[in-house]
Amino acid sequence: MSDAIRFRGARVVDPASGRDEIADVVVARGVIQPPDAEPKGVTELDCTGLILAPGLVDPHTHLREPGREDKETVETGCRAAALGGFTAVSPMANTEPVADNAAVIHEVLDLGAKAGLCDVFPVGAITKGVGGEAMAELGEMVEAGVRVFSDDGHAVPTGRVLRNALTYVRAFEDVVIAEHCEDDSLAADGQMHEGEHSYALGLAGKPRESEEVLVARDIAVARLTGGRLHLLHLSSAGSVEMVRRAKAEGLRVTAEVTPHHLVFTDADLVTYDTNFKVNPPIRTAEDRDALRTALADGTIDVVGTDHAPHAVEEKEVEFDQAPPGTIGLETALAAVLTHLVEPGILSLPRAIEVLSAAPAWLMGAAEHGGPIEPGRPANLAVFDPAAEWVVEPPFASRSRNCAFNGTTLRGKVVHTVYRGELVVTDGKAQR
Amino acid sequence: MNKHLLSIHDVTAEDIVRVLDTAESFREVGTRVIKKVPALRGRTVVNLFYENSTRTRISFELAAKRLSADVINFTTSGTSVAKGESLKDTALTLQAMGADAIVIRHSSSGAPLTLTKWVHGSVLNAGDGTHEHPTQALLDLYTMRDRLGRLEELRVAIIGDVLHSRVARSLSFALVKMGANVTLVGPPTLIPPDAPAWGVEVSYDVEGVLPKLDVCYMLRVQRERQRQQYFPSVREYSRLFGLTRARVGMLPEGSLIMHPGPMNRGVEIDSDVADLPQAVMEEQVTNGIAVRMSLLYLLLGGRPEGVSTDE
Repeated sequence: MSDAIRFRGARVVDPASGRDEIADVVVARGVIQPPDAEPKGVTELDCTGLILAPGLVDPHTHLREPGREDKETVETGCRAAALGGFTAVSPMANTEPVADNAAVIHEVLDLGAKAGLCDVFPVGAITKGVGGEAMAELGEMVEAGVRVFSDDGHAVPTGRVLRNALTYVRAFEDVVIAEHCEDDSLAADGQMHEGEHSYALGLAGKPRESEEVLVARDIAVARLTGGRLHLLHLSSAGSVEMVRRAKAEGLRVTAEVTPHHLVFTDADLVTYDTNFKVNPPIRTAEDRDALRTALADGTIDVVGTDHAPHAVEEKEVEFDQAPPGTIGLETALAAVLTHLVEPGILSLPRAIEVLSAAPAWLMGAAEHGGPIEPGRPANLAVFDPAAEWVVEPPFASRSRNCAFNGTTLRGKVVHTVYRGELVVTDGKAQR
Repeated sequence: MNKHLLSIHDVTAEDIVRVLDTAESFREVGTRVIKKVPALRGRTVVNLFYENSTRTRISFELAAKRLSADVINFTTSGTSVAKGESLKDTALTLQAMGADAIVIRHSSSGAPLTLTKWVHGSVLNAGDGTHEHPTQALLDLYTMRDRLGRLEELRVAIIGDVLHSRVARSLSFALVKMGANVTLVGPPTLIPPDAPAWGVEVSYDVEGVLPKLDVCYMLRVQRERQRQQYFPSVREYSRLFGLTRARVGMLPEGSLIMHPGPMNRGVEIDSDVADLPQAVMEEQVTNGIAVRMSLLYLLLGGRPEGVSTDE
């Protein structure tokens, strides 16, 4: 059952077509209709003052299923995504068992289809068991629909394995190797960014260089192989500079940043709040500002939430015993609007581009990211940029470990349209 | 004074003087036949020790008992913690039992601050990870002031594994606060990169520093650090940074040798150096009880007349 809806008078922001204008958008039979179409039984939704954009696309999610359904399931994660305006998410491979074969990929795809809240594009593991040694059967997973491979959680430990992976995937069209750049020997036991605050808190630090040495290695190996490299959740100014140079050189390198790395600094960790414990760590204001600039100027291509649910009892512990991660699907849009668009760091079209069009392109999610044109699949997000709210549990996510807890954000999703259906309306999930 | 003592940053220079002055009157209690005052009668102090410790735990226990508080020792082996109970649940349990003060030792930096979120009573940090050990710093200050008559302009070197030492951090912050001149000495791998921001000097040359000292404060160096490649061997460490008999001769007359214990004789300090009259480790221990009595008394707001009341 698909809905026939007229979204009346919204500001349509669609970077894929370059549109930014007040217009009506009509949806019926799962696709966008011409604006003057009058489908039978059409529901009118007044969208004055609201923004209508292509549905958001998260290239970096942890849905924890199979294996840790106490933290999140595909269904609860997809509901959180829909409430956050996302119509597509990319769950990482580090589940239990690891998504390193077509069977697990099919399971996640089936669970996503069953939930029916957004599209799910599973990421496959580069190596078996994300063990960093033996290459997983990438071809089989490509046949199952995988376009992005990553051992997220860790970098591929040796240059040789990375070289082989980047070379091997050239056999397939538009397949991406995504790297979590942290050198485990330099980052060893580190709890946060190494600097003034880690010293003051007595917490072992992870220097910027623990990321930068692997960014440097990975770019060099991308140059060697001509493979397509994507760098996840960059955290340091130095990494950004290397990506800038790699792009200028014409290498096939793309990069991601998370909302929490764009908003917070290591000074926010002074209360030992474990919700700020993430990998790679939140760094200094200078790093954050470099990440913001890089996102604005195109050096960084996409925003990924790195939505990482953890059980309350795992996070309500001593800082060095807590697992890293923050949830982010329900706060990503508002965080970007409040902290980047409002102060004028990103234009609204650029914000939508990095949250939707660019990740859709990266993931090969052709039905997402716009353009919002007649005949296109109706995957849309409608939000109120002025609606102010305080982030606090409960969330649609099964977990509550959110770095934004207690903060005030502006920007609230009103409607989310997935394949022509209102899966969220008036800010409430419909299934 | 703040309600809690988590870090030396929680106390002002005036607070420190007050703690040391109050300790002065409590030290006299320890010399009596009946070593007890009723200042904290009816109050409950819990020693919550997640790390092995002999001197700090016993010192706190004696301090609380000499103030007539009820003392409960909660160590992790053979208790609910060994059964996997979380810090939060342990805290809530102690809270429900009416603990007025919790003295916590924990291997995780920040655990005492985290504890304050769950309990109403005062929390005293008895050493957390590589963060701080404020009561050790205060008893060291007491000992220095007692022996040398002042803290201002005192020249103190802290020698050893400063990087991993919560004692060195708290002591440096406290000494700087009181106007002393502090020099950190050790192999560059064991000096915190941000040391200059503490308001201290850094040196890698023990013999250059020793002749200018009032206090030579040695830190324990764990053999573990050699395996982690912070220095090539214990032998080389002792040769470059150990307090040998020959090096003691470079210290000015009247200067003190201190160590927070437990000592690694033969690593950071020669065995017979530790037994010299100017080595005041046993005084540190004795003074520790008085300083902890003072802290418990001030944090829990005991009755002032308790000090002078004989029982």
